[in-house]
Amino acid sequence: MFSGLMLNTWVAATAVAVIAGVTGFFAVLRGSTFAAHAIPNGAFAGAAGASLLGLNPFAGLAVFSVAGALGIAGLSRRARHDVATALTFVMMLAIGALFVSWSTEYAQEAYSLLFGEVFGVSAGEVLPIVVLGGVSIVAIIVMFRPLMLSSAMPEVAEARGVSPRRMDLAFLLVMALATSMTVPVVGALLMFSLMIGPAAAARSLTARPVLAMVLSVVIALITVWTGIAVSYQSNWPLGFFVGALGAVFFLISRAYAALARRRARTPGPAA
Amino acid sequence: MRHLIRYVFEPGFFGSGPVHVALAVGTVIAVTSAVVGVFTVTRGQSFAGHSLADIATTGGSGAFLIGVNQFWGYLAFGAGAAAFMEMIGIQRRRGRDVTTGVVLGAALGLAALFLYLGTQYSSTTGASFTILFGSMFVLTSSTIPALVGSALLALATVVVLARVLLLSSLSPDIAAARGVPVRAVGAAYLMALAVSVALSAVIIGAVLSTALLIGPAATALRVAKGPVRAMLTAACIGVVATWLGIVLAYDSFYWPPAGRGWPVSFFVVTLIAGCYLVSYLRPRRENSEAPAETPDAGQVCSPA
Repeated sequence: MFSGLMLNTWVAATAVAVIAGVTGFFAVLRGSTFAAHAIPNGAFAGAAGASLLGLNPFAGLAVFSVAGALGIAGLSRRARHDVATALTFVMMLAIGALFVSWSTEYAQEAYSLLFGEVFGVSAGEVLPIVVLGGVSIVAIIVMFRPLMLSSAMPEVAEARGVSPRRMDLAFLLVMALATSMTVPVVGALLMFSLMIGPAAAARSLTARPVLAMVLSVVIALITVWTGIAVSYQSNWPLGFFVGALGAVFFLISRAYAALARRRARTPGPAA
Repeated sequence: MRHLIRYVFEPGFFGSGPVHVALAVGTVIAVTSAVVGVFTVTRGQSFAGHSLADIATTGGSGAFLIGVNQFWGYLAFGAGAAAFMEMIGIQRRRGRDVTTGVVLGAALGLAALFLYLGTQYSSTTGASFTILFGSMFVLTSSTIPALVGSALLALATVVVLARVLLLSSLSPDIAAARGVPVRAVGAAYLMALAVSVALSAVIIGAVLSTALLIGPAATALRVAKGPVRAMLTAACIGVVATWLGIVLAYDSFYWPPAGRGWPVSFFVVTLIAGCYLVSYLRPRRENSEAPAETPDAGQVCSPA
């Protein structure tokens, strides 16, 4: 389980979990869960286009995820965020469908882009993941305070001169960056589950932002590590375990939060 | 003139059985999605609408696995997910997207498992592709009555509830003060959304289902005044886009580069997105009397 080939898997998955934990925390806080679903899935069209032109799929993923971020941010100027996301997303997927219908060999890769090939990570793929992951985490740390402010209290942020629109665009671009390098490894579906489940669980456990972010990373790591171990033993797909564990963590933390609230409401020896 | 018609409709278009079925079922789905979509957009539940489509397709592959008719798998998973979302908090604006996201994440995990276990699929690649994009030309006539019946049921639910639904979408407090059971209405609506989306996902795939749900409704809400006009406009846009999409997909059979036909979903989504962009870029007029007509084909087809 920890042999040479699997080592790449562990390193790549750990990097992905850290990135997903950090970006997912903000995605959940800002309510851009839909964008977190749309950008990785829509970027799939880019990979299809790149393979059609004989280019590196990374390039296609990067172009399309950035285009998706720009499309969502641009359309949100005068429309609801969820409508803008939905329309950008379906347009990207429709272009992907067109590319796939043109290509003859692409269908093989479609499955791995959606569900990932985490057990087939090569050493050459690990480095770009770690580097790009580092870049996106540094970007989030640099803009942590304004991002936090504009996510939690948009009005106050605007009064202090933080443009919510620009912050939204910046965050979506970071998400696009994180997406373009994780999708070939873990797949679009898994990346989404990993961003939302742990972050949502962490957020219902604590209201303190830094603690919640750390918790979100920790839960993401536990999810991925457990998932890989069980998946390696059982041969069932990793995506299943990550999705299920994310939901389980969320339900447990929701139950815990509800219990804590009830205890706070009825003080006394009975509680 | 005849030459022109021959040019637009490839010979054999009206004689083809699958095309008839696709046109008929596509129309029912386009109308249902558009009308339900007006409320989805008003209530800000686009993500839930899209997720229910994805989740329903998971149910389809699950039903295939245990040998039940896929139709029931779609319905069961769609309705089950809607009930679950309702239970753990979709009614609160803050928690809505997160709840939807967690349910969707779990369902996608299940989809991965079902696809892995489903050895009866000739290839997993084809299955994952069908989940996303569906296929309008593989309808069999035996499932059509059930499909159309359920779609009409969902449509009727929304139309009957329209007044209270609108009130409780726009202002839950006033609705509650007037004695509207806001939560029950919301739950009934979510169930209708699940049924209509699940059905359209069966036939046209999750992508196109989302496009037909959100696109026409969002366009209509921009150009039309009042909920009834918005619903009518949305239905028109949805139907026109679906028909044009099917015609173009049929025509595209000999188009370059592959010579295998372009996907229906590409045409329909492009037409819908084009409509939306036209309404989005158009400056808002204060006194628009009539609801704007659906943009004509030439306008929509030109690359925006």
